Formats: sequence, structure tokens, C-alpha cells
Amino acid sequence: MNLDIQVSEHENKNVAQVSGEVDVYTATKLKETLTPLAEQEDKELVVDLSGVDYIDSTGLGIFIGALKASEKSGTSLTLTGLNSRVKRLFEITGLHEVIDIDSTKREEA
Amino acid sequence: MEDMKVSMYQLYKDMLTSYLEDKSEHALYHAQQFSKQMMEQDMSPEETVSMHLSVFQDIADDLPEEVTDSFDLLLEVMIGYGLAYREHQSLRDRQQELESELNVAAHMQRTLLPNKKIEIDALDFGVVSVPAGKMSGDYYHYDIDDRGNFAVAVADVIGKGVPAAMSMSMIKYAMDTLTDKQMQPSVVLESLNRVVERNIDDDMFITMMYGVYHPDDHYFYFSSAGHEPGFFYTAKDDTFVSLEAKGLVLGVSPKVRYEEQKLKLDPGDFVVFLSDGVTESRVNGEFIEREQIVDMIRERLHMDSQEIVNEIYEQLEKAQEFQLRDDFTLMILRRKV
Repeated sequence: MNLDIQVSEHENKNVAQVSGEVDVYTATKLKETLTPLAEQEDKELVVDLSGVDYIDSTGLGIFIGALKASEKSGTSLTLTGLNSRVKRLFEITGLHEVIDIDSTKREEA
Repeated sequence: MEDMKVSMYQLYKDMLTSYLEDKSEHALYHAQQFSKQMMEQDMSPEETVSMHLSVFQDIADDLPEEVTDSFDLLLEVMIGYGLAYREHQSLRDRQQELESELNVAAHMQRTLLPNKKIEIDALDFGVVSVPAGKMSGDYYHYDIDDRGNFAVAVADVIGKGVPAAMSMSMIKYAMDTLTDKQMQPSVVLESLNRVVERNIDDDMFITMMYGVYHPDDHYFYFSSAGHEPGFFYTAKDDTFVSLEAKGLVLGVSPKVRYEEQKLKLDPGDFVVFLSDGVTESRVNGEFIEREQIVDMIRERLHMDSQEIVNEIYEQLEKAQEFQLRDDFTLMILRRKV
């Protein structure tokens, strides 16, 4: 399964649109894209997971890494478009308490 | 070494002579044996070709010049094969070395897990834990403290294999530094979280569920650090509920508080701890549902805990064609009387 990431730059934020499966095989690719974005001091990072059906624990780790990087650079990380299975994973792990999750988009599936 | 070459030469000469005389199957069989011997003695393919030519020149007096010359070309061609063969040999040796190193490490890792028998009359306890590869990123623990309380834990390091296994040993050592007074689930997890947060990569984490059973009043206290929820079975109502407690995974933030829950276990009630290797088992390409795990346990309520976990493991392993995708740990603690 492939992972596709499209980054669009806006005035005060970067938006990464991710689609595919985030797992042990694709995690490195996601990390290489997200880490530099999270390290940018003047822009917050929004990751749109509308196209993601499945995240495994290695994939979750990448979001923790991105969270820590954005905390260091004094910006924020927001996740949007989580499906119910992915959302459950963030809830079980308690990560929804530390990562900003915008649940206005897509709750079905 | 020279003697060896001489004897190989002689052997080959006898073989070829005999074959040229009667073209027998027997000589061909000898040739197969001979090739094994060649490999044992690290003879390269080009050495064999050159030996063939010398032997041939020895037994046939006047070989046409074209035949002799053609062997020069064949020799050149075989040199490439020879190099590849030697590379293969050295990779095979290296692989065997790594394999035996890994076996030692895997053995060491198994010694980190508890293996003593539990002797508490009120309890029926069973656990199965199997790594997907040689090394496991799952950790389980059980122990009786000085007050006779029984502590159980399951932890899962993200990823699998060697990196996960190394982090797993950190949990074990950190737990060994805790004193009995600290065996309270929320306190244990808070203290482990501090250790893990300081010692783990930015994009790694550990999930863990920790519980303590008090045989005097039959209360079970537990806390979870973002771990896959287990189950709680009540015999009176014959129902399973999810065993959940709020808490962040270990290693993300230095100061985390863990919620502690308590349950009263009546006779026949039990709790199930598991790792996501159980819930993420894929059967026919589909993830198994938590209800399916409940059904599998329900069918086996009459068995003792160890039999239940063993049979469920066997069934799920078989359903995945004996190839686990992730480390698998399943634990049941039941109050008997």
C-alpha cells in the first residue's frame, strides 16, 4: 500500500494531505515530510488524514515526533479528517488529549 | 592443502576415466558426490574447469587445439560465477553469525520474563506471549508482593524486532527498581513514564496496562497507559465489558497522571489483558473484531485460564497461516473461589 502526501503552503500554516496507509513501511516517508514542516517556527502544521484508512503504532509514533518538534518550534500541530478507526486509536492511546484533533471533518467510515 | 588438491585431481581423473569407458550411471552419481566435496573444500567453479582440462589432457593424448583453447574462454566465463559463489559463501557465514547472535539475545530476553508458578488459592492465571520474529516488543509481568497482592502487567513497545526488544528491557529494569510500597497501578505507570520519556526516541512510545489483585478483599485495581483495552467478565451476568482506563502512552510527556479504576471480582469473574497483536490479527485479510475475541473466550469458559489463552493463540495463529504479523500476548486472571 502506498502513501501519498501533498503539501500546500498558506500564509500562516502548512497543510499536509495524507492518503493511503500509515504503517511501518510508509512511516519513514511521512516522517521525512512532517518533521521539517513541524520545525518551521512561523507556521502551524495541519495534517489532513481524510485519505487515510489505517494507521499502525509505528505511524502513531510519527505524529508524536511531529508533536514534539512543533512544541520545540513553538507552533502547533492539528489533525483533521480522521475516520472512526483512526480516531479510536488516538483515543485509546490518550494522544487526543495532547494532539489537537479537529473532528469537524469526516466522522463516518 | 596441496595434498588435498592432488587427491581431488586423482579422484576426478578416476571418475572421468571410468565414465569415458562405460558411460555408466554410477560414474554420474560419483560426480554428484564430487561436487559436494568441491564445495566443502571451497573449490571455485573456475578451478574445477581448469582441473577438468588438465585431467582431460592427461588421459587424452592429442586434444585438438580448438578444444584446449575453448577452455580458456570457458574459464573466463566461470570466473564471474566463482566470485558470486564466494560472495554467497561469505554472506552465508555472516548470516549464520548474526543468527546465532540473535538467538543469544532472544534467549536473554526470555529470561527477563517471569516463569514462576503462581500459588494463590483464589486465583486461576494463564498467559501466552509469542513474538512475531525472534525478539519481542511485548512484555508481560506477574508477581506477588510482600503483602500477598498479585500484580500483572502487559506492555507493548511500538514496532517489533530488535529495537522494540531493547526498549522492552528498559521497562523490566525500571519495574525492578520499584518497591512493594509503590505497586499501586497509577504510581507504577507514572514512575515508568518518567523513565521511558527520558530514554526513548522522539517517535517511539510504549503502551502498558498494569493491575493489582488484592486477595483479601478481591478488589482489582488497574491503570492504563494508552494500552489496548482488555476485558472484564462477570460470571453473575455472564457479560464482557471493555477494561478501560484513561491515560497517555508512556514516553510522550514527562508529567502524566494515570487514572486508576477498581473492580470487585466475585467467584468466576476474570480480567483479560492483551496486546494489539491479538486485536490486530488479520483473518482472511480482515482485522479481527473485539467481539470475535470475546466469542472465542466465551466458548471456553469451562477451561482453566492457561488452556483458554493457549487455545485462542493456536486458533489465531492457524488463521494467520502460522505467520504472526505482530507480537502476541494474552493473559487471563480469574478469581476461582
